[in-house]
Amino acid sequence: MTEMPELQRPAKVLLTKIGLDGHDRGSRIVATALRDAGMDVIYTAPWQEIAVVAKVAMEEDVDVIGLSSLSTDHLLIPKLMQTIRDEGLDHVRVVVGGIIPEDEEQQLLDAGVARVFHPGSNMDDIVASVGSLAAMAQNDPERL
Amino acid sequence: MPDTSQMTLPGFDQWSQEYESAVGDQKAVHNRSGLKVKPLYTPDDWDGEAYSKKLGFPGTAPFTRGIYPSMYRGRTWSQRQLIGLGLPEDYNRRQKRLVDAGASAISMIPCNSVYRGIDADQVDPLLLGTCGAVINTVGDMDICLDDMSIDTLSTALNDPLPFTMLAQLMIVAERRGVAWNKITGTSNQSDYISHYVANHMFFRIALPGSHRVLLDHIAYTHEHVPGWNPLSIVGQHMQQSGATPAQAMAFTLSSAIQYAEDCRNRGMDLEEFLPRFTFFFDISISFFEEVAKFRAGRRIWASIVRERFGVTNPRAQRFKFHAQTSGVDLTRQQPLNNIARVSTQAIAGIFGGLQSLHTDSYDEVLSVPTEEAARIAIATQNILRDEAHLTDVIDPLGGSYYVESLTDQMEEEIRAHLGAVEERGGMYKAVETGWIQGELGKSAMEFQRRVDRGEETVVGVNAYQVDKETEIPTKPLSRPNEKDIERYLEDLAEYKKNRNNDNVDKALDDLAEAANSEDVNLFEKVVNATRADATQGECIAVLRKELGFGSPLVSV
Repeated sequence: MTEMPELQRPAKVLLTKIGLDGHDRGSRIVATALRDAGMDVIYTAPWQEIAVVAKVAMEEDVDVIGLSSLSTDHLLIPKLMQTIRDEGLDHVRVVVGGIIPEDEEQQLLDAGVARVFHPGSNMDDIVASVGSLAAMAQNDPERL
Repeated sequence: MPDTSQMTLPGFDQWSQEYESAVGDQKAVHNRSGLKVKPLYTPDDWDGEAYSKKLGFPGTAPFTRGIYPSMYRGRTWSQRQLIGLGLPEDYNRRQKRLVDAGASAISMIPCNSVYRGIDADQVDPLLLGTCGAVINTVGDMDICLDDMSIDTLSTALNDPLPFTMLAQLMIVAERRGVAWNKITGTSNQSDYISHYVANHMFFRIALPGSHRVLLDHIAYTHEHVPGWNPLSIVGQHMQQSGATPAQAMAFTLSSAIQYAEDCRNRGMDLEEFLPRFTFFFDISISFFEEVAKFRAGRRIWASIVRERFGVTNPRAQRFKFHAQTSGVDLTRQQPLNNIARVSTQAIAGIFGGLQSLHTDSYDEVLSVPTEEAARIAIATQNILRDEAHLTDVIDPLGGSYYVESLTDQMEEEIRAHLGAVEERGGMYKAVETGWIQGELGKSAMEFQRRVDRGEETVVGVNAYQVDKETEIPTKPLSRPNEKDIERYLEDLAEYKKNRNNDNVDKALDDLAEAANSEDVNLFEKVVNATRADATQGECIAVLRKELGFGSPLVSV
């Protein structure tokens, strides 16, 4: 049995939206909950460019990127995954929350997304999951 | 324990004791607006003597019971389903089917690229047409409305400022020989304040520019498209982004006050313009609270019009509203249950006295609605209207001790929020400083906590869960065909090449110049540019450059 990695510092999370939609009730609630749990949260306005997300993730040395998609912006996530790999951010874990059709969820997981949270997700579950993904990122040998 | 103060009715004490021994130490029940709800309401909870003051008759002040004397006996609500997906041809095909299925008015949602104010050739083709129809040019609008008569259908456009979709509709009418005074409908997304609050539409045009463009739009349509409702004030965005029902009503009324004052300050006659104001609300599943929200809102607006603005014309006091069943209440788990939720929400809106209704498709929480689900949503309205006898009696919950008491309480709560906005200098200022956004964020968080703690039951989410295997699978969704999108983009490129580009440049220069002079109507210039075949993205780009765009007003 492998031991669960432990956090070396507070989890650092970038919460953002890419693409065309601006609805952010969900991501704001998640931001508040993660912050209340002691995490270091960077929250951006919606409509970020993929390249900007990768840049911020690198400059801020984040452990987890959380993306919210309420319409169809999740279709761009495989491109984002490619970009962060190209930037050498393989250790960064990516989670997605929102309205993700069942038959498209697998595409996101195949592209390297760690976890997808659907409507009705329990907040404690989200907080715990992001925490352990951050610990994995911090202890990832890929991380320089 | 029931509140026993001032209870006078014989038998109450005995009931109260029996109730307590039956339920024991029951936790207090609160609605979503935070108001405490008692187990029983009696004549002691509502002053029946106040009938004339608080209820009166439908169609007259205080308007609590409805805005028209005959309400649904005279005419039932309009069925107005939002539709938007794919290319203009797809929109046209689906919309025609909905009209055949009973929709009495049409509505149009453009692709999210339009909301962002950019043309289809500037975004990732993967996203085009995935949650709204791709509409960039007059030609696109013409195809959307192919074989449909502009002069008989009422059209609701989800058309944020500077209202390029309405401009396109007007030019299509012009080219088909339909006079502008035959066009009826609503600019559904003209309330820029709600867009700033809930959707951060800051990069279209900054707040001061938005303020001007809206007033120009109201003034221009009043003169040239008299059947058009240029302003729909939207509480739906706010409730969807977290506001409680009482807050959503209050902030919407605060916006309405702001817009009315803006019109008045510009020298417009409110007697003429207020009858053109319409409202748009969310209907949550908190049934009685929603009924009371609408009844209280109707009463408050009429009193504001009379007392604050001194307008006595009854038409101006009518609180005309469209409502949409709340998507936030729908669940991904056991999605067919959403049909029951939508039906319950719709009944609350109908008993609340709505003028027009959109019922959500049950699969909205899974994806952009499938055609089958959209048909069920329309059928739900047909059943409620034609089978269930809901329309037989006007304001059928009026006189219920509970509903009247709750309506009074909601009124008080809404007025308290109105006062809080007033203290901050009105809605524009309260949004500019981010105060409203903060309030919505807090309420959204509080609601989430209540769900997580199980204080709000959500069937299939925190109660009555079933194994995934026993859930009924839903139909796979369809995405726009890649080849069709490619062809569209080729056509758009051709269009931009072949139009008279000198005319386009001149019209866009005119628009830019108008943005820098006070006394020219900007919407007129948008219509001219559209007539010259400028695209929506080109018009917005000019205004964004000249009037500036805002910055995000996000507070977490």
